[in-house]
Amino acid sequence: MIAAILTIAGLATVFGLILGYSAIRFRVEGDPIADQIDALLPQTQCGQCSFAGCRPYAEAIAAGEAEINRCPPGGETTMIALAELLGRDPVPLDDEAAAEKPKAVAYIVEEECIGCTLCIQACPVDAIMGAAKQMHTVIIDECTGCELCLPPCPVECIHMHPLEATPQTWKWPFPAQAPSEVVDG
Amino acid sequence: MAEQRTLWSFHGGLHLDDHKAESNQRPVQRLPLPDRLTLPLHQHIGQNAEPVVRVGDLVKKGQVVARASDYVSASIHAPTSGRVVEIGDQAIPHPSGLSDTCIVIEPDGQEDWAELPEPISDFRAETPADLRDRIRWAGIVGLGGAAFPTAVKVNTGGGRAIETLIINAAECEPYITCDDVIMRERAHDIIDGIAIIRHIIGAHECLIGIEDNKPEAAEALRQAIADKAASETEVAVVPTLYPSGGEKQLIRLLTGREVPSHGLPADIGVLCQNVATTAAVADAVLRGLPLIDRVVTVTGKGVRQPGNFRVALGTPIDFVVAQSGGYSGEAHELLLGGPMMGFALHDDQAPVTKATNCLLAASLQEAPAPEPERPCIRCGECARVCPAELLPQQMFWHARAHDFDRVQEYHLFDCIECGCCAYVCPAQIPLVHYYRYAKTEIWTQERERRKSDLARRRHDARQERLERIERERKARLRKKKEALDKKSGSNADASKKAAIEAAMKRVAEKKAAQKAETQTSGGE
Repeated sequence: MIAAILTIAGLATVFGLILGYSAIRFRVEGDPIADQIDALLPQTQCGQCSFAGCRPYAEAIAAGEAEINRCPPGGETTMIALAELLGRDPVPLDDEAAAEKPKAVAYIVEEECIGCTLCIQACPVDAIMGAAKQMHTVIIDECTGCELCLPPCPVECIHMHPLEATPQTWKWPFPAQAPSEVVDG
Repeated sequence: MAEQRTLWSFHGGLHLDDHKAESNQRPVQRLPLPDRLTLPLHQHIGQNAEPVVRVGDLVKKGQVVARASDYVSASIHAPTSGRVVEIGDQAIPHPSGLSDTCIVIEPDGQEDWAELPEPISDFRAETPADLRDRIRWAGIVGLGGAAFPTAVKVNTGGGRAIETLIINAAECEPYITCDDVIMRERAHDIIDGIAIIRHIIGAHECLIGIEDNKPEAAEALRQAIADKAASETEVAVVPTLYPSGGEKQLIRLLTGREVPSHGLPADIGVLCQNVATTAAVADAVLRGLPLIDRVVTVTGKGVRQPGNFRVALGTPIDFVVAQSGGYSGEAHELLLGGPMMGFALHDDQAPVTKATNCLLAASLQEAPAPEPERPCIRCGECARVCPAELLPQQMFWHARAHDFDRVQEYHLFDCIECGCCAYVCPAQIPLVHYYRYAKTEIWTQERERRKSDLARRRHDARQERLERIERERKARLRKKKEALDKKSGSNADASKKAAIEAAMKRVAEKKAAQKAETQTSGGE
């Protein structure tokens, strides 16, 4: 009887020590779930989800504080990827997110630009080049199309240009289905 | 006559009506130059070529007008002398029907040659690197249709040694005969080109894989091999079975070896080249000529006189058709490439490029309008004919459900888009279309992932910079404050206090004086 109690107690102590040690030794910095969520988000940093960027939104999803359907640039693809990652059920996109906009990049009408640098400060990915009282321009390859540079511009010289498909980026369309067939999502 | 080799076989495949006789009866005819030559900057796999001429420039025949901008890229040369009249978006032969940047040249009819590099007659004395440079200069790409830059392909880069050079002369797709007639007419050049490529890659044997429906071409090659005493080169006749001209299928037929999934033929010591490409290599090395024209098959019931034509690159397709005898009135659809792997052209103004091997003006009977797709009955015919031994039906289900992870698990990217599965499908499902859809969708997702990674890196870098600036600003403020505090020591403090007191005293005195004044004045 005593022996059994001692054995169990001893085992519990040993395992407790191992677990305690490994919790310190193999501690993971940061939140791995938030990292994985962040990896799926489109990184436009546009704030359309009402969070201050992709990372805060990812952290909010990881903490269970936000739904997975609030990312308009990611659209349905991102929502489904998130649902798969988190084992949640896909939810229809938020009203705002539902209207998927074509991909676009910002374009500065250079004749109208007064060189105020306000858009440079607003750009979350440093995709606008320029200096005070110098003309600014957008580095198209870096622009994520977040539209954050539009409101600060005092002369409204920034426009969004939809990204046209080139022969290199063109996609074969989904084959047209026969009318009798059930079209799946 | 070479002895019969052991041949292996590949899975599946189809026996198709070859329709070769329509176009291979006449010798290659050279077409005149059109009024405008349109040279797309993207007519090969890899990066766009970079224009080195400006609008208004006079160019000479064979002059480089756009140079390879990257390692995987190919230069483009002026097919004739003339003036550059435009550099801008023009119709290009592409399934999307989109336009792309092209250099437009108006020929002056002088055929004035630019200064060309010296012909290398004794290529065995040259290093492989020099010969590769020559091929690179000539802008040669695979002329079978894929248009991969040849200089890159023959750079086997000290990895695994290449033992066998395989020349793809199978030309298995129905209707196309341009390789067939090139072999008949330029067999000696082909054997020269093979010797050059063998010298570059160090292969000790060469097999020319040719289907048994081209006996004249095979005979011409054998004759040329005998004339040139090229004993290490051998013509290997394979049975006519579509798609024996697929790279992996031909390698399997001739060597019995399988190219690994996601691998290259070089992984098993093989390099595969199209037969017309070898003739272009011979032109570049032995004669110093760049690639400025190619042989194009014009065929189908939709044209009056099917045949093969030597066409300057950049010639509009409608001009080629008109010069070859014109449309017959039966043309229903104009395909670029063959009926199995080709695609419908949106615009017959688009130019002939390095990748244009065949223009098939198909009648309604040759290319019937697609019937509506019916539900899959799971007969399994597609898997039986698939030369890549894939499961087309499974790929179809997952592609239709947009499940791109699963479709890749079924090795979507090993699909060569030969079209056998769709050809036999009793439900008329456009299977290849689904695979192309899935492939381009996956590439787009890949591109977007790369872009979002870049955006994340840039955002993090910006965030870090803003924090650093804020930290530095605070540090500066703190320092300033400290410096101020230090300067105003205790004695300074006292003097300040005294000054304030003195000032207050002065104000009080002034007030008192004013008061006294008002009182005295009020009293009067």
